Amino acid sequence: MVNLIINGKDVKAREDMMVLEAARTAGFAIPTLCAHESVSRSGSCRLCVVEIKKGNRTRIVTSCLYPVEEGLVVETNTARVQNVRRLVLELLLARCPEADVLKKMAAEMGIESQPRFVADTDKGKCILCRSCVRVCEEVVGVSAIGLFARGSHKTVGTPFMEQSDVCIGCGACVYVCPTGHIEMTSTGDKRKIWGRTFKMQACEKCGKYFAPVDQLKYISKKTGVPVKEMATCMDCR
Amino acid sequence: MKIIDDALALRQIQDSLRKNYDPTKKLVTICAGTGCRGYGCIAVKDELEAEIKKQNMNVEVRATGCFGFCEKGPLVVIHPEKIFYQQVKVKDVPDIISKTVAQGEILEKLLYRDPDTKETVLKEEDVPFYKKQNRLVFGQNGMIDPSRLDDYLAIGGYSALAKALTEMTPEGVISEVKKAGLRGRGGGGFQAGIKWEGARKAHGEPKYVIANGDEGDPGAYMDRSLMEGNPHSVIEGMIIGAYAIGAHEGYIYVRNEYPLAVMNLSLAISSAKEAGLLGKKILGTDFSFDIHINKGGGAFVCGESSALFASIEGRAGEPRAKYIHAVEKGLWDKPTVLNNVETWANVPVIINKGADWYASIGTEGSKGTKIFSLVGKINNTGLIEVPMGMTLREIIYDMGGGIPNGRKFKAVQTGGPSGGCIPESLLDLPVDFDKLYEVGSMMGSGGMIVMDDKSCMVDVAKYFLAFLQEESCGKCVPCREGVRRMREILEDICAGKGKEGDVELLEHLSTGVADGSLCALGGSAPNPVLSTIKYFREEYDAHIKNKRCPAGVCKALITYSINPEACTGCTLCSRVCPVEAISGEKKKPHMIDIAKCTRCGACIESCKFDAITVE
Repeated sequence: MVNLIINGKDVKAREDMMVLEAARTAGFAIPTLCAHESVSRSGSCRLCVVEIKKGNRTRIVTSCLYPVEEGLVVETNTARVQNVRRLVLELLLARCPEADVLKKMAAEMGIESQPRFVADTDKGKCILCRSCVRVCEEVVGVSAIGLFARGSHKTVGTPFMEQSDVCIGCGACVYVCPTGHIEMTSTGDKRKIWGRTFKMQACEKCGKYFAPVDQLKYISKKTGVPVKEMATCMDCR
Repeated sequence: MKIIDDALALRQIQDSLRKNYDPTKKLVTICAGTGCRGYGCIAVKDELEAEIKKQNMNVEVRATGCFGFCEKGPLVVIHPEKIFYQQVKVKDVPDIISKTVAQGEILEKLLYRDPDTKETVLKEEDVPFYKKQNRLVFGQNGMIDPSRLDDYLAIGGYSALAKALTEMTPEGVISEVKKAGLRGRGGGGFQAGIKWEGARKAHGEPKYVIANGDEGDPGAYMDRSLMEGNPHSVIEGMIIGAYAIGAHEGYIYVRNEYPLAVMNLSLAISSAKEAGLLGKKILGTDFSFDIHINKGGGAFVCGESSALFASIEGRAGEPRAKYIHAVEKGLWDKPTVLNNVETWANVPVIINKGADWYASIGTEGSKGTKIFSLVGKINNTGLIEVPMGMTLREIIYDMGGGIPNGRKFKAVQTGGPSGGCIPESLLDLPVDFDKLYEVGSMMGSGGMIVMDDKSCMVDVAKYFLAFLQEESCGKCVPCREGVRRMREILEDICAGKGKEGDVELLEHLSTGVADGSLCALGGSAPNPVLSTIKYFREEYDAHIKNKRCPAGVCKALITYSINPEACTGCTLCSRVCPVEAISGEKKKPHMIDIAKCTRCGACIESCKFDAITVE
C-alpha cells in the first residue's frame, strides 16, 4: 500500500491505483466524462484535474492518469482546479449545447454557459472523449470507428464516413458514450447505426429481436461456438 | 571507403585528408543551403565549375552548407583570402574566376556594403552580421560539402566519438555533458546530462536515442540548416549519446518538407556506416549503434515528445500524459532520450573541447551558444549563432542591421508560436533560457520574428492563435476548444466587434488553457495573447473601446485617405487600385471612395510622396 495525503486526509491506496480511484475511495468526489471503466484512459476531457504538491512545486495533473505515490500531497478542489473545470464545462457547453449530461453537471457545479461563446450547431453531443473509439478497438476488437482530422476539425466516425464493413452493429459505442451522441435506432428486425442497417436475429424461443446477425457471426468466429447455439436471447437461455 | 577500425586509424585518415584540404590552397565555396538554392546558387555553382574548366584552372568549387546570411544569397567565398561575395549571379562568374581567383582582384560591386557607412567589407568575418557571432556549432557549415564524409573528417570530425569510445566511460561522458551545462535547444531547456543519466539508470531494453528535427515554428530553420549543412555533427552527437545511455538504435525524426535535409542525412548515415563509424562495432570497439530516418508528415504537434513517439510507432501524432518520463518509458515504452538536432550537434564540441571550456561560454544558467533565426522586419534575415546572454539589442541592431525602411522597432516574438512578444523597453535583456521565461516568452527553438511599428499586436496574437488552433491535435478540451474560442474573440476584436471585458475574458481563458491542457502546445498557447496584453494593452483598448487599429492593419477599423497637400496628382495610385476606388485629374489631388476601398494597401505601396494616410 502507498500512503498519500488527499485534501489533508491520510489515505492508503493500492500501488496500481490512480489518484482518481484513491480519492474516490477516500470519499472525495471528482467529476469525469472520459474515464469509463471499460476502456483505457486518454485524459482528454480534463475534468478530473487535481493539484499535486511535490516538494515546493505544485502542478495540475489529470487524476485519472496520475499513479499514486508515497508521500504525494493532493488537493482535489483548489481555486486553480475549479478554474480548469469551469473552463472545460463552459467550452463543452458551447460545443454541445443540447447535451443534458453537461447541463446537469454544470448546474451541480454552479457553472453557467459563457455568453461570449457562440454555440456550435454542427457537433451534436460529441465531446470527443474517444470512449467509443476505444471500446470498439479494445473491447469489441473491430475498430470500425476512429478519429479523423485534428484540432477543432476532429470528428469521430467510420472511415471516410462511409458504411463500415467491419462494424457488427453491437452498440457498445452507444453504451459507453457519456452524452448520448451516437444514434442507434431499432425497428422490427432492423437496427441502424453509423449509417448502416443491420439485420437482427429473432430469438428461437420468444421471437424477440435481440442482436444483429453480424454480431452473432463475429462472436461465433471468435469463440468457435456455432451461430445456431446463440440463436436464443439472454432471457430465454 | 576503407573501414576505420580504431582511433589511431581515424587520426591517420584525418591527417592525410587534411593535407588535401590545405587552407592556403585556392578554393571557392558557395552556400548550397535551401535559402541560397532559392536564389539560384546551383546555377552559379555550375557556372563557376564550367568557367574554371574553360580557363584551364585547377581550383575546387565546393558547395557547402548554409552560411547563415540568407538575406544576401547566393553567397560565395574565395579562399584562402576569404573574400566574401554576396548576391552573386551567373553573369558575375567569369569576372570572379578571371579577376578574383586568378589575379586576386577584388570586385567591389559584389562585396557587402554597410547600409549606414556605405563602406564595403572584404572578408566574411568582418561583415557586421558575422562579427559578433561565435559559431561553435554552425561555423563548419560553410567549410564542408555536407555530402562528403571526407570533408567532415578533414576538419577533425568523429574525433569526439573516438575520444568518448576509447578514453571515456559512459558515465564519464554523462558527467562531462552535465558539467558543461548543456540545456535542450528544442524549447524545454532541460539539462541534457540529467536526461541522459535518467535513461542510463532506467530499467528496460532496448533503449533509444532520437534527434528531434521536426522544426515547425513559423520562420525558424536553424535545425534544417544543421541537418542539411553538417549532418555528421548531429550523427556524431547521437552516437556519443547512445554510447552514454547504452542505446543501440536511434531515430532522426525529420520533416518531409525538408528534402535536402533528408537527402544529406541519408547520405551521411550510409557513408558513416561504410566507414565503420556507425553500425556494428564502431571504430573497432564493442559498441554498436544504428540510426534510422523517420520522415514526419508536417504536423506541428509531432515536435512534442510523446506525439513524436506515437508518430514513429505508426499512430496518430497525439501527445499523451507524461507523468512517467520518456527516459523511463518513451518510444515503445522503452527508455528514450529525445534531444533536439542542435543539442546533439553541441555534443561533439563539448567532448572535444571539454566541459570547463564549454561552460565558460554563456550565462550562469545557460551555457554555450544558441542559433537564432532572425526573420520579419529586419534588414539582415538569416541564422546567427551567439553566446547565451547577448542582448536582444545587439542581436537585432548589430547583427540584424536594424529595421528596414527607417521604421521603428516595435516588438520581437521569440520562441515560436507559443512564445511571447517582447517590447522595446526590454531590448537590453540578455537572451538566455531563464531571462526570456521571466518576461513571458521563451527560448523555444530559437525563432526571432522582428516587428516594426506597422505591426498590430492584436493581429499578431490572432495570427499565432490561428496557427495553434490549426495545429492543435484536438485531443484535449482546453486546447482544442479553448484556443479556438480565444481566436474567435481576437477575430472579433480585429473586426471591430470586440466587447468590454474581452481582455479579462482572454486572461481567464488563458489561465485555464495553460493549466488544463494535456501537452506543452496548449500549455503555452496563451503566451502570444498574454504577452501582447501585458506589453501592448493600449492597443487592445484602442480596438475594443475606440474601434481603432493604431498600427493601421485591421481592415475593419481603418480608413484610407489622400492628403491633398502631399498629393501631386501623379495618378499612379488610381492606376494600381484594383477596385477603381481612386479618382482625380492629372496633377490635381486625388480622392479615395471609402465605400469602394478594400484597404488592400496597393496605393500606399505605390505612392512616392507619402500622401496616403491610414487612420
